[in-house]
Amino acid sequence: MEIDLSQFHAVFFEESFEGLDVMEQELLNLEEDTDLENVNTIFRAAHSIKGGSATFGFNQVAEFTHVMETLLDEMREGKREITREIIDLLLKSVDCLRGMLNKLQDGDDVNNDYVELVDYFNQLLSNESSDDKQNTPNQNSEEPLSVSNKDDDNSNGGYSIKFVPENYILQTGNEPVRMFKELEGLGTLTVKADLTKVPNFVELDPELCFVSWDMQLDSQESEADIRAVFEWVDDDCLLEVKQLNNSSSNESEKTSDNAKATVSEINSEASTQTKAQTEPLVADSKKLVPIKKEKEAVKSTNKSTSSASIRVGIDKVDTLIDLVGELVITQSMLGELGENFDVSKLEQLVAGLRELESNTRELQESVMRIRMLPIGFVFNRMPRMVRDLSAQLGKNIDLIIKGEDTELDKTVMEQIGDPLTHLVRNAIDHGIESNQQRADNNKQGVGKITLDAYHQGGNIIIEIEDNGGGINPDIIYAKAVEKGLIEEGVEIPEEQIIGLIMEPGFSTAEVVSDVSGRGVGLDVVKRNINNLGGSVDISSVVGRGTKFTIRLPLTLAILDGQLIRCANEIYVIPLASIVESIPLAGIKLTKIAGNMPVYKNGNEYIPIVDLRDEFDIKTEKQSTNEGLIAIVEGENRKIAIKIDELLGQQQVVIKSLESHYKCIQGVSGATILGDGRVSLILDIVGLSRRSADRATAVREKVA
Amino acid sequence: MSSELHDILQEQSENISSINREAEEESKGTQFLSFDVGGEEFAVNILSVQEIRGWDNPTFLPNAPVYIKGVLNLRGTIVPVMDLRNRFSFKNAQYSDTTVVVILKTKNGEKERLMGCVVDGVSDVFNFQESNISEVPDYGSGIDSRFTAGVMTVDDHAVTLLELSNLLSLDLIKHPYTGASHG
Repeated sequence: MEIDLSQFHAVFFEESFEGLDVMEQELLNLEEDTDLENVNTIFRAAHSIKGGSATFGFNQVAEFTHVMETLLDEMREGKREITREIIDLLLKSVDCLRGMLNKLQDGDDVNNDYVELVDYFNQLLSNESSDDKQNTPNQNSEEPLSVSNKDDDNSNGGYSIKFVPENYILQTGNEPVRMFKELEGLGTLTVKADLTKVPNFVELDPELCFVSWDMQLDSQESEADIRAVFEWVDDDCLLEVKQLNNSSSNESEKTSDNAKATVSEINSEASTQTKAQTEPLVADSKKLVPIKKEKEAVKSTNKSTSSASIRVGIDKVDTLIDLVGELVITQSMLGELGENFDVSKLEQLVAGLRELESNTRELQESVMRIRMLPIGFVFNRMPRMVRDLSAQLGKNIDLIIKGEDTELDKTVMEQIGDPLTHLVRNAIDHGIESNQQRADNNKQGVGKITLDAYHQGGNIIIEIEDNGGGINPDIIYAKAVEKGLIEEGVEIPEEQIIGLIMEPGFSTAEVVSDVSGRGVGLDVVKRNINNLGGSVDISSVVGRGTKFTIRLPLTLAILDGQLIRCANEIYVIPLASIVESIPLAGIKLTKIAGNMPVYKNGNEYIPIVDLRDEFDIKTEKQSTNEGLIAIVEGENRKIAIKIDELLGQQQVVIKSLESHYKCIQGVSGATILGDGRVSLILDIVGLSRRSADRATAVREKVA
Repeated sequence: MSSELHDILQEQSENISSINREAEEESKGTQFLSFDVGGEEFAVNILSVQEIRGWDNPTFLPNAPVYIKGVLNLRGTIVPVMDLRNRFSFKNAQYSDTTVVVILKTKNGEKERLMGCVVDGVSDVFNFQESNISEVPDYGSGIDSRFTAGVMTVDDHAVTLLELSNLLSLDLIKHPYTGASHG
């Protein structure tokens, strides 16, 4: 039967990438704690990639993982010490495999990068084998590596046989004892009879067999030979033949075969190569790191466009099914009510509708939850990067990850990965001082970077904190003046000065390294996060460290909105951006700097935006002390929007305005209200920007 | 009783066959939908018509040009509405019971876009040979010549065929503040 295997490719790739992630993570754990279980996990991951790739005909991948497996196998059996060099090599192999799989996924051919690594592996393995020879001279020099092989032979010898004949077996002329004798001819046999089914003597039918047998057979023969003994009774009994090996017989046979193959390969190479080759390999691997990284970045962008599937926990699906079931019940209940309705049933109808509402809401929430994934998916990229980069920069850095179970929308997560990576890189490169500097400043302990994530209201907060040198506002200020971003002598609050490092073209690093410092980056980070509807805050204490706080909406599809009325129009303001609302009657508006109306709140002056003017809403002028102002905040800038009335709060589904029209500055999208009408969602940042632009334009016109 | 029924059935089948004959005659050429805008008749290819809705005040769009009336909810999709009478600079655009919104679609590359067009009323569906469409005389018309594709003579009166790709083109709609809303 022909099966089109290509339909399973997507699953294979997905699983393999997951496997690689697991390997990477466990390898990093291995560095701290050489637990055998970790090695086993890595081995299993490598093994399933090998099996899968062989099945799908990706022979290079299979070949490569096979060599990896050989090394891992030695580690697993404690025959090889787990050193940093080996972990380096394995991490590099993981990268290489990821590259190969990416290429295959895109339908490209794998290039021969991996051959180099295979050579390294072989060198390493052959060196060890020569060591082995010295350590254990009594060992057969023909197979220095194949202890696993020998193990397999041993375990091949043992079978556990369970033989449960039908009770009429004796009537068919078959005699169990004869079969046992035959088995004995194959090897040493131990037989245990199971008499539990034998009835009381009074009820015993002497012509029936109630006994079953458990046997242990020590034999070199194959399973087929053993089964042949029972050939005549095959249909009249329950027969189980199991190898006394921990894994399935096929697998171990395969590994032993493969192991033999490599042994010969290694031996031939061992003759030509010497063991002094391990040193340059390590040096090489370090040199390669930055280049590899850039490649990775390119790949990850490719990936984000292609991956479209999502893995959902079965419990989430079950909840959904339950909810849909309830919905159907409510619907049929309401349907029945509608068939023969009279006023006496009004109360029932109201109750039914209420139930329908709560069903729908729960259903909506559960559907949204399907898109939610733990942020650990992104956080788990970090340990590897921190390890590589800190080694490259010669800094001792600990990475602490908290809150990795915090869930957020898949789309948001896909887009937050790169900015987050950038911020962590930045913390390693610029945040944490060099060891020397730390010693000079009498700082205790190693550099520490903390990643944290938690929910707060309708947002997810991600914090990246380092205990490095902090940001000196004076230096930023000087730099900003030098770059012409601000004028000399202008007073700016400290937090705004620090915020300047996220402006385009701003890099404070004295030297541009290949890690960061080119001045593109933080502004991109900020822009990406803003595009997701989030914001970044920086707080920093000189000498103590810096903390980046990213605030993101949980999902991009639904928004908690405050409905407001202005003239005859109803708008939605994102609830998260509202600071407070104040009735106009109770406050005094001032005008500063010419004709700009502002609201004085303590020491700050908040510009007032009148939507009627801003949006050209045609309506009769309202009197000045009617209505209220809503103070809203976006990107650390506050504006007060003049509105006529606060209506209800509700969750709104965000619809795009751009799919059939243009995007309008100050409007982030539209939604459909309960009555079926369209309502626009205000974009606070855009609104404050355009009103500022407009004010400037008016000023210029006057001037 | 049964003969009565028989007569009715007979009559109906004759009607149907006559309709079929008519349809056969008219199947020559392309089908167009014509509508009335400010007393003049305009037409579009019927395949570009998504649906026709009664007029209802759409949701106001900020700073929109006068001919963009706003956006409406077409079963969950946000569709902008353009008033053709304003677009063609006709005076006295009134909204009456016959005022309708014709939802038209255009293909812009791969993407299909929808736009509602306000007209004074839908007139007719007719067939017309595309080869018989004549050019619009380029003679100081009030309508931007990019919006018209030709003139058809139907039952002795002129019907202007609209060039939808230009009429509905967003590039030709001047909207201030359409810069990036984020960033």
